[in-house]
Amino acid sequence: MRRMATETAQTDGDVPAEITAHLTLEDRVGLLRAMLLMRGIEERAMMLYRQGKVPGSFYDGFGQEAVSAGPAWAMHGHDRLCVLHRDLAAHLIRGVEPARIFAQYMGREAGITRGRDGNVHFGERRVGCVGMVSMLPDMMLVATGLGMAFKLRGERRAALTWFGDGSTSRGDFHEAMNWAGVQRLPVIFVLENNQYAYSTPTAGQFAVDPVERAATYGFPGVKVDGNDVEAMFEATRVARERALAGDGATMIEAVTMRMHGHAAHDDMKYVPTEQIEEWRRKDPIDRQVRRLEPLGVDVAALRDEVRAEIEAAVAEALAGPMPDGATATERVFAEAPALLEDGASPWSGF
Amino acid sequence: MPAMTYLQAISDAMREEMRADERVFVMGEDIAVFGGAFKVTDGFLDEFGPARVMDTPLAESGIVGCAIGAACEGLRPVAEMQFADFVSCGFDQLVNVAGKMFYRQGLSVNITVRLPSGGGFSGGPFHSQNPEAWFMHSPGLKVVAPSTPEDAKGLLIRAIRDPNPVVFLEHKHLYRRVRGEVPAGRYETEFGARIARPGSDLVVIAHGAMVHTALEATEDSEASIEVLDLRSLVPLDEAAILDSVRRCSKVVVVDEANQTCAAGAQVAALIAQHGWEDLDGPVVRVGSPDVPIPFSPPLEQAVLPQPDDIREAVRELLDY
Repeated sequence: MRRMATETAQTDGDVPAEITAHLTLEDRVGLLRAMLLMRGIEERAMMLYRQGKVPGSFYDGFGQEAVSAGPAWAMHGHDRLCVLHRDLAAHLIRGVEPARIFAQYMGREAGITRGRDGNVHFGERRVGCVGMVSMLPDMMLVATGLGMAFKLRGERRAALTWFGDGSTSRGDFHEAMNWAGVQRLPVIFVLENNQYAYSTPTAGQFAVDPVERAATYGFPGVKVDGNDVEAMFEATRVARERALAGDGATMIEAVTMRMHGHAAHDDMKYVPTEQIEEWRRKDPIDRQVRRLEPLGVDVAALRDEVRAEIEAAVAEALAGPMPDGATATERVFAEAPALLEDGASPWSGF
Repeated sequence: MPAMTYLQAISDAMREEMRADERVFVMGEDIAVFGGAFKVTDGFLDEFGPARVMDTPLAESGIVGCAIGAACEGLRPVAEMQFADFVSCGFDQLVNVAGKMFYRQGLSVNITVRLPSGGGFSGGPFHSQNPEAWFMHSPGLKVVAPSTPEDAKGLLIRAIRDPNPVVFLEHKHLYRRVRGEVPAGRYETEFGARIARPGSDLVVIAHGAMVHTALEATEDSEASIEVLDLRSLVPLDEAAILDSVRRCSKVVVVDEANQTCAAGAQVAALIAQHGWEDLDGPVVRVGSPDVPIPFSPPLEQAVLPQPDDIREAVRELLDY
């Protein structure tokens, strides 16, 4: 089994100045921007939730921004993503507008699901994303099927899916990993190990680190510092190369920490304070800032720009209508095919 | 028109669609090298090759989930459950992922899941079930159940082309027992009911194998008995059902499935609500009692509706 050298970075708050030669300064700033946008949107949405403007509950990926930003950056627009609920940066990188994300949270007509589904349960098919369902990790199989389609048609494309540590206990994890292994499919499985499935720590979830299991399905598993966005990018880039070469799947375990409760109602009393403090020092945004500031990047200006974008998006979303209840029974069935389309390809390497 | 068995007609539908449309492919357990547990895809591997005739791992959730993924990319997978009973292992993918996808995010899921269903040959509790009602109760899935070779072919072609997930119930007991004229070429049969035999005194409403049981049970009747073959359960042809009720006034609804909340329960409820004024007697239901389908022939026959059960129900209702 291969392990990334970056695993050692897990032990302290610092990160190597440079992980990969495949990112330009523009890429590295883009990664920071995506993470800042994700955090800013989620913090602002939490405020809207507390103001009673977001129905249901609210789920965020605070502290896990690198897990979605890095991999999404490494994927081409014609690749496909099955996105999990703490991976907002992936949607942003593919090109989903923040205003539509706020509208989605608030159950408004302009949201990606037009109020049909809530919070982070969405995927914009026009940018090649499939939204999750609550039964985890169902999307591992959908991603495997996407990979199957690419292989069947002889296309050099790959599918990527995120799933959590809790998901590794369910049968669909096994069925997807096994299937991808047997058929050598171009799929990248990103295990978002954030230490807790709701209140259950990983010790109550598995006896063997799931990354060890990848080898038993016939493909490599790599353990990556999930709070290092460039390490996540690099691991995904390598996995994608492997997939496109016809060598099959890769599992990437992103070691990270869920810094907030499972959802807004969860006070997370079951997590030791020291554990939170330890991970706060490894914040993925702070780390990327420390990397880029010495290179002359004006992070303060970037933060201002992101903040302005978010406020404009909130205003736009709030101005949009709620869906009309009379339309609730419409569009259960498709009249014509409506398929996945391509999203943005932000990486300079394409 | 060539005469074909029900099984040959199903096979023919897939073969013709695969020849004409490279997006169509078949996947399932033991369907390639072995040609399928019932030989529905016999010869497919030789004609279409392993990429489009895919032997899968023994993983029903995987089969449905991977079919969904492939469909999101524009392919048109036809997935076989080796037995309809095994779809319980793929239930979540079908109900929660496929059925809700378009409503939630406007992404169509063009998959057909074939379910060899039904009993009558000592298959026992895990090879005899009729699970159509599970899927009728799940929004976003279409559910069809042909009774004749001609409809089996036309409905399957229609299902393969439908941009939505379609659950296709093919009754195993009809596979080689029923033979009929089947048009050549690629034709679609719309998802709606058909009158299997017209009548005016009473209508028996059924689907799948029970259409044949109903025809057999009523062929010697002195009364004029209509048999309405539903063919499609979602969408349910409410107009055709209510029209038969209007013309016949008396209704027997037959299910092979366990009776509680079966397809026939929905039909009976529809008639109670919208056909009440046309009725000249209670809506009578015939179906399997709520027990697992037993293995031993005397037990199985006691559970599955037999021609005599329908005959008796018809006689009693005619005398009402």
